[in-house]
Amino acid sequence: MNTRLGLNEDRIQRARSLAEEIAHPVRSYIERHTTVSVERATLRLFGLDGCDEEGTPTANLALHQLRDKVPHGAARYLLGALVKTGMTVEELDRAVAEGFDLAAQGLPDQGALEAKAAELVARVRHTLDTNREYRLQKIDQHREREHSPLLYVIVATGNIYEDVKQARAVVYQGADIVAVIRTTAQSLLDYVPHGATTEGFGGTYATRENFRIMRKALDEAGEKVGRYIRLVNYASGLCMPEIAALGALERLDMMLNDSMYGILFRDINMYRTLVDQHFSRMVSAYADIVINTGEDNYLTTSDAYEKGYTVLASELINERLAFDAGMPSRLQGLGHAFEMDPAIENGFLYELAQAALIREVFPSCPLKYMPPTKHMTGNIFAGYALNTLFNLVARMTGQEIILLGMLTEAIHTPFMQDRFLAIQNALYVFKNAASLGEDISFRENGIIRRRAAEVLDKTVEFLEIVAGKGIFESINQGLFADIKRSPSGGKGFDGVYEKAPDYWNPWENMLKEALFKGGKK
Amino acid sequence: MNALKPYGDTLNDGRMQLSFTLPVPCSPRAREAALQYLRKVGLTDPQVVYSEALDEGFTFFVVYATSDAVIDYDTVKGAEKIEYMSFDEINEFIKEKIGRKIVVVGACTGFDAHTVGIDAIMNMKGYNHHFGLERYPMVEAYNLGAQVPNEALLDFAREVSADAVLVSQVVTQKDVHIDNLTELVELFEAENLRDRTILIAGGPRISDRLAMELGYDTGFGPGTYAEHVATFIVRKMAERGIS
Repeated sequence: MNTRLGLNEDRIQRARSLAEEIAHPVRSYIERHTTVSVERATLRLFGLDGCDEEGTPTANLALHQLRDKVPHGAARYLLGALVKTGMTVEELDRAVAEGFDLAAQGLPDQGALEAKAAELVARVRHTLDTNREYRLQKIDQHREREHSPLLYVIVATGNIYEDVKQARAVVYQGADIVAVIRTTAQSLLDYVPHGATTEGFGGTYATRENFRIMRKALDEAGEKVGRYIRLVNYASGLCMPEIAALGALERLDMMLNDSMYGILFRDINMYRTLVDQHFSRMVSAYADIVINTGEDNYLTTSDAYEKGYTVLASELINERLAFDAGMPSRLQGLGHAFEMDPAIENGFLYELAQAALIREVFPSCPLKYMPPTKHMTGNIFAGYALNTLFNLVARMTGQEIILLGMLTEAIHTPFMQDRFLAIQNALYVFKNAASLGEDISFRENGIIRRRAAEVLDKTVEFLEIVAGKGIFESINQGLFADIKRSPSGGKGFDGVYEKAPDYWNPWENMLKEALFKGGKK
Repeated sequence: MNALKPYGDTLNDGRMQLSFTLPVPCSPRAREAALQYLRKVGLTDPQVVYSEALDEGFTFFVVYATSDAVIDYDTVKGAEKIEYMSFDEINEFIKEKIGRKIVVVGACTGFDAHTVGIDAIMNMKGYNHHFGLERYPMVEAYNLGAQVPNEALLDFAREVSADAVLVSQVVTQKDVHIDNLTELVELFEAENLRDRTILIAGGPRISDRLAMELGYDTGFGPGTYAEHVATFIVRKMAERGIS
């Protein structure tokens, strides 16, 4: 491997084997459990994704009817009703919205269920495969016009139609990736709202219709400028698997998805999150959707200089859990951030060391680099300077995805001109310092190499402790981000079920077959 | 001074720097519209020093202009500049004047998930080399984190007999933070806890004046450190004779 930092390969290996050790009990827990959201995602993949007059999704209505039967898997009741009534999925979806009870139908024999499942899975699989192929073809066609790193910007007006205007403008200005940030409450909703929405707080609801509207707008805007514009949303919170499923169906390209973020920063139950992230990642892996993990959050809570190792440690755990879900490195957008106190002498060198370290530890991951937020003060001019250095580190260390910093961070959701200035800043740095990263080397025993080695050592030390205590107990004791979360605490624990011996989920079976046994085309 | 106006490079030149976007295509007509708009706002001698298309229908402007308006500075009243105590002085003050540990509960309420503000005040580490309240030996500090419902905050405050409650509102839209802050005050009043609890609001869009209008004892905006908040709390407690 590239050893520009002179890293000790054995230490990296040790860190990876510790991550493996840490993930092991998680894996066996996941195997034995399902959640209401995994079941709803399954129903939605089968096409049960309407809502009743009050806006309650049919997937939630169905789960309410089937609440005693979740350990057996919700899918067989949906499929059973289809077989027994002879309805199409669309007809049954409308019937459920009007009060049709899936639980009251009784079940046909397993052979009929299997046949129905095979038929429906094949149909939806065709959509997912078409989406994947379309994206690959478009990216390939326009590859030379993409920026490196890819420029990622956020729109967040609360109104999907206003978001579209802002998104069109950033595509015109040069953005490669548009994320529609969610309304702040959504991660704690135990359902995915329905339809186009125009009211949100600090963001816009993630709904299937909103995905569709933005997808269409970005495809059109992208065609005009000759680039494929990637669309991002958030497979996180209590509906992580459902959002992943809807994103796969509507050709989203990236999903924020972290194995521990919800536990630590949203107080969602740890078991719920770990089971949910697994299913989400299988769906995203199948659909070729790049996940973005949330390690930047560690540094907004803790000090970036002192706690730089927690980022690398979390990335190694995220990597391991992603592999466990059948997700290859090329889809793992591991996250990190430029958050050191700008007053630190040589802070730029430490940021460079951290970013280069992560680059070297994960050579094939599309790393997601996050901009300064903690030390943005309202002095927009100083903030703009900070963002310039951030862009420089990103370019020099070969990050794949950078979320552009806004000079008005900490003041308001960005004005249209703020994004323009951010993109201009990045394009200037990328061009002006295009080859700086390849043209310089880091001095042996210099500040940068020493710092990288120190962070790696601390990461190994930290992972030793976590492996010793186990991941559940480590989170309970507040080892991550100084936040303590108890195993039975947090939101959504009542939605976790132990699987019965006859648990059956045709989508899970298909995904495992495709991802682990080479069944994916 | 009775004729105050902005200072560019000469006293009373009234020069100001602005930037904004107009939702029209970038063109000479758009520039002219920007100039006319600035004159209508009351600025004179506007100069568009930079304009650029943000897309086909929007134009960004950087502008310098002169303001002829003046205000009488002698009649302007601002909040009094407060002399804050230091970490050691605050702990000493609590020992001497209150004679027991004080209890402070902090939370980011409603749907707001951004704990950066409350963390800066509460966390052990603090912010920018100013220790947070958890570090104060004479403060029992509880940080409830993000998205705490107002009812849960009230219940917790009652359970630990909080002397002061800090409410942080960082990212809000369409003024939802106002409703949320108001609701908390009403809850404390309904439960007869308002009089014995110091209520403090904080966040980038919170000012002392706004907080007091909403029924809080005070509010803290950007640039606040833990010792500012702690100074306010302990002085208020001493003033009310709470011990």
